[in-house]
Amino acid sequence: MTDNQQSQLEAQSVTLGYGGHIVTCRDLTLAIPPGSFTVVVGPNACGKSTLLRAMARLLVPNEGQVVLNGQDINRLKTRDVARRLGLLPQTSTAPEGISVAELVVRGRYPHQSFLRQWSAADEEAVRSAIAATNIADFSDRPVDTLSGGQRQRAWVAMALAQETPILLLDEPTTFLDIAHQIDLMDLLERLNRQGRTIVAVLHDLNQAARYASHLVAMKDGKVIAEGHPGDVVTQEMVKAIFDITCVVIDDPVTGLPMVVPAKNAHAEP
Amino acid sequence: MKALIHRVPRHGRDAGRQVSFRIRTRTLAVCLALAALLLVLAFLSLTAGRFDTGMTDVFNALSGQATGKTRMIILEWRLPRMLLAMLLGAALGLGGAIFQSLTRNPLGSPDIIGFAAGSHTGALVVLLLFSGGYYATAFGALGGGIVTALLVYLLAGTTGQQGFRLIVVGIGTSAMLSAFNAWLIQKADLEMAMGAAFWAAGSLNGLGFEQLRPATALFCLLCLPVAALARPLRQMELGDDAALASGVTVRRTRGLLMLLGVALTALATATAGPISFIALCAPQIARRLVGASSVGLFTPALTGAVLLVLADAAAQHAFGRQLPVGIMTISVGGLYLLWLLIREGRR
Ligand SMILES: Nc1ncnc2c1ncn2[C@@H]1O[C@H](COP(=O)(O)OP(=O)(O)OP(=O)(O)O)[C@@H](O)[C@H]1O
Ligand SMILES: [Mg+2]
Repeated sequence: MTDNQQSQLEAQSVTLGYGGHIVTCRDLTLAIPPGSFTVVVGPNACGKSTLLRAMARLLVPNEGQVVLNGQDINRLKTRDVARRLGLLPQTSTAPEGISVAELVVRGRYPHQSFLRQWSAADEEAVRSAIAATNIADFSDRPVDTLSGGQRQRAWVAMALAQETPILLLDEPTTFLDIAHQIDLMDLLERLNRQGRTIVAVLHDLNQAARYASHLVAMKDGKVIAEGHPGDVVTQEMVKAIFDITCVVIDDPVTGLPMVVPAKNAHAEP
Repeated sequence: MKALIHRVPRHGRDAGRQVSFRIRTRTLAVCLALAALLLVLAFLSLTAGRFDTGMTDVFNALSGQATGKTRMIILEWRLPRMLLAMLLGAALGLGGAIFQSLTRNPLGSPDIIGFAAGSHTGALVVLLLFSGGYYATAFGALGGGIVTALLVYLLAGTTGQQGFRLIVVGIGTSAMLSAFNAWLIQKADLEMAMGAAFWAAGSLNGLGFEQLRPATALFCLLCLPVAALARPLRQMELGDDAALASGVTVRRTRGLLMLLGVALTALATATAGPISFIALCAPQIARRLVGASSVGLFTPALTGAVLLVLADAAAQHAFGRQLPVGIMTISVGGLYLLWLLIREGRR
């Protein structure tokens, strides 16, 4: 899992869209640095989820290709990909009545087979995913009876249970209160230190700057800037991407950039 | 039973295994109970009929000690019919479970999404236009059902809310085909129309080993790939994205499973005519019995078998005269569908 050569993910001049005529991203290239904690930011509808879906082979590029460990991801066996790369989609609906623990167990799918249905490794992965997301207290309850934040953590646990060297998460902190957001981001940071490559879409710029080792800023389906948060998060960049006026100060805790929007920051011209 | 599910876990320790273990024990208990019920029903249905036969007669017949008329009635008339009811019930339950899983909707049964009407059309065309016999009609039903299912699948498209669109398109197609069927029957001469109406009622009357053998062989053949695809099917209940992300080849698996579901339903329709609502009800009943979100495929199959044996027994004996079993299932199942529609509408 810690072998960086093994977890190379890259989108090579991909053109992405829906149904042939709607094009969301054109000729986009993005390499995820192996072992990095990559965070993608950008305005609504700029194509972050679309890009993530393509990188997880849920969407086949119209042009170009997504490459995992040197091979076109859409040519690899989907089960093999699922052992190396996991995804938390932006929205998911659980089957009616499924319990939290059952949902987490489903994350083990790519590691099981018709003949080998449940192993000690599965047990351990499910147990630690439930513990890491702190959902043990309600692991027996049906997912559709949970609060938004509890539900989100259950889905995160399912993605964790898949135990993949690369983990893509689309807005993992939605629905979470500040304490649970911090818990989750700290958990992702820990996983990253243990050698997993993390790619997350976030909306909170300060959180992005704080946790990312590699920050990607998108707008209108293009990558506008990428690099260390210290280089990417600037007054000009925030203006260019979100069209808001702000002051960027040093985060008193980490020394990393921190965005403080001006009054009437998004004033009409 | 309910309390078992909501028991608070020991802080996540072994939660995964606890849950799957608990579900497995409950499923096992339900399956055993259903199997026992099925055996009892089967046995009773062997004793019941116009010719007075008791338990001992059935025992004797089954152990090869009965002779003459008793032997013939029990082994050659009642036994194959009862076995067919079990087999076709299981096929319908299984087909329904596959479709409901795929569409993630309790309405997503082959009856509702156009298959039944399509096979009716196929059978009518063969019966009325080509005056086909039993096997020709069976093939007509098979062809009509498969063509309709394919059409509905293509019309529903592959993007967006797949399950829901499939159902809506299916209901529309069903309505159009029903109108066409009525027109066909009206055009036909009286005698042929009577034959067609008999077929359309769905009945096990007069069926024997001649139909049981090929049906059994086909059923077993279909069960092999279904068993292999049960795991991906369960994973697909999470939605296409989550299923794909965890390594299911969603498109191919869905296509294959649809084909198998249609074939299983077609098997029943071709053998006995349309028997509605077993496919719709069996998976839902199984689900309530097991109390889990995912019931697998075995329990619905078993439930389907119980339902059809029960329905056929009622059709034969409950009203003093033989009724087609399809009439039984349609009247009881119709009420259930009404209830289901009201409930879904409220959500
Ligand atoms: N299934 C779909 N069919 C058609 N168009 C789509 C589909 N999904 C997304 N789009 C379009 O593609 C564009 C990019 O959407 P995407 O979901 O990638 O945005 P995003 O950056 O993730 O936004 P958000 O921050 O709101 O999640 C949008 O204009 C959206 O309308
Ligand atoms: Mg998005």
